[in-house]
Amino acid sequence: MKHLVSGLALSVALAVPALAQDTKVIGVSIPAATHGWAGGMNYFAQAAIDRLEEAYPELDFVLATASDPGKQVNDIEDMVATRNIDALVVLPFESEPLTGPVQNVKASGAWITVVDRGLSVPGIEDLYVAGDNPGFGRVSGEYMASAMPDGGKIVVLRGIPTTIDNERVEGFEAAIEGKNIEVIGMEHGNWNRDDSFTVMQDFLSRHPQIDAVWASDDDMAVGVLAAIEAAGRDDVKFVLGGAGMKEMVKRVMDGDTMIPANVTYPPSMIATAIEITAVGLVSQAPVSGNFIIGSVLVTPENAETFYYPDSPF
Amino acid sequence: MTVKPQARPKVSMSVIGPIAALIALIVMGALMNPNFLGPDNISNVLSRSAFIGIIAVGMTFVITAGGLDLSVGSMAAFVAGLMILVMNAALPSLGIGVPIILLGMATALVAGLIAGWLNGFLITVLGIEAFIVTLGSMGIYRSLVTWLADGGTLSLDFGLRTFYQPVFYGGILGISWPIIVFAVVVILGEIAMRSSVFGRHCAAIGSNDQVAKYSSVRVGRVRMATYVMLGLLVGVATIMYVPRLGSASSSTGVLWELEAIAAVIIGGTLLKGGFGRVWGTVIGVLILTLIGNILNLTDFVSPYLNGAIQGLIIVLAVVLQRESKPGA
Repeated sequence: MKHLVSGLALSVALAVPALAQDTKVIGVSIPAATHGWAGGMNYFAQAAIDRLEEAYPELDFVLATASDPGKQVNDIEDMVATRNIDALVVLPFESEPLTGPVQNVKASGAWITVVDRGLSVPGIEDLYVAGDNPGFGRVSGEYMASAMPDGGKIVVLRGIPTTIDNERVEGFEAAIEGKNIEVIGMEHGNWNRDDSFTVMQDFLSRHPQIDAVWASDDDMAVGVLAAIEAAGRDDVKFVLGGAGMKEMVKRVMDGDTMIPANVTYPPSMIATAIEITAVGLVSQAPVSGNFIIGSVLVTPENAETFYYPDSPF
Repeated sequence: MTVKPQARPKVSMSVIGPIAALIALIVMGALMNPNFLGPDNISNVLSRSAFIGIIAVGMTFVITAGGLDLSVGSMAAFVAGLMILVMNAALPSLGIGVPIILLGMATALVAGLIAGWLNGFLITVLGIEAFIVTLGSMGIYRSLVTWLADGGTLSLDFGLRTFYQPVFYGGILGISWPIIVFAVVVILGEIAMRSSVFGRHCAAIGSNDQVAKYSSVRVGRVRMATYVMLGLLVGVATIMYVPRLGSASSSTGVLWELEAIAAVIIGGTLLKGGFGRVWGTVIGVLILTLIGNILNLTDFVSPYLNGAIQGLIIVLAVVLQRESKPGA
């Protein structure tokens, strides 16, 4: 497939004049902005690249966004073929299909940074930057337990059935174990506002008493809140979302009792990965290893530090 | 609205099939959860059926006339996004009030109309396969809404949303607006399909467009009208959708096109065209919505299997109809 030069890579290649000998090129390959979190990730990737190009004239960046794994493989192959990248920062769409292509890039001698989703063969990446999914569930569960010291009945909305979702839910369940919190319903809202609205409506019809909701994601929290409001129910004390959407962080900041807290899973982790990779190329600082970004509890006290009004997410 | 067929000597299974499936689902739901037949749940189910239902009525005409439209879900997302952008932009000059809501509604209807006309133009005037045209426009509208939202979510101004909300949550005599609008669309659709020249022309074109042409049916014009009507109904559905959550993103309306097509086929309309049944489409939509509702109200199966149950019931509902078709 190497002859298939994508329009993006081609136009970048043509637009940039012959590069000086010591210029280093970093390729960044990420999924396209197909949902809120990915939109935020695209925003932070672009922002990090703009900043670094300013700060380090000797660095050059190629950014490609892919709407499916196949397109992402093409992007990466094009980066190697036409730009001869020195480093690759990749957030794999899926682990399996991307493992082989990234392995080939590694064989060409480039530095590999893998973000968020690991590859299926260990040891390919030089640097691994990721969020902490079990930790995300654990922090959420611990908050639930502390917010309901006398226990209570909660419903849980899950994401799209994936490993990410399973790890979060397992972390959550472990954290609330023995805390007298009863999960009376658990359904998939698919990280989607409309689906979670529907699921929450049905939870409300089914259960006369719900003390709190773990929506596990801010998009789903939006749907859940609308359903509660429409049903006019006042038994639900609060809704805990997650991921740190700016509107939700704002509500935490303003002291909204329905949204008392949030748990981060920052899309800006892509910026961390790009920045560290750049530092590795321009300096002697060692940067290989694993960098796990913890999920932090956002409360009214610290919400301001997690509020990015310019981000789309 | 429907004529009960018991009185006739020969009862077609294609009429009984979807009704039997619907009744079976209702009985099952009522046995599994006492709240199932409560007024709140019935109201929830009917209003959430309204979006797909309104679109599916339009889809019934398109399919009856031998066409297909895969773009409606993306189109709804795009129209919703456009409507939100226009309303937010007009907020400083118009302020919160009825005029801005009317402007938003007009935007949705006009955008839907134009989008439907574009599909119809490419299909009837340029003679491109409906499948390809609408597959293309499906991708285009989906990308456009992602682009308009900058990859995130377009949200209606909070004050505006609160003012607009009664269009989804409010109603007359406890019946919410989406249900009323859905009912009106269905009744008009049923009349148009059964007793109007337009409805008969749709069926004629769908069964054989050459014969229809020689019978002086203006094939291109009727076909165009079905796509324009569908576009307009997508606009109507969007008017109901936007006040619900006040937002649109790239995940809005995903797979609505397939749900609408499935509802039409479950209801007894022929996928290859030539025969359409609007009331059947309503049954189809209700069946699809009820499956999800019942699965949420019970712990009957693992949520991982929801899709499998849905698929099974869709296929069963159609198998029930097939048995009886004489000489088919």
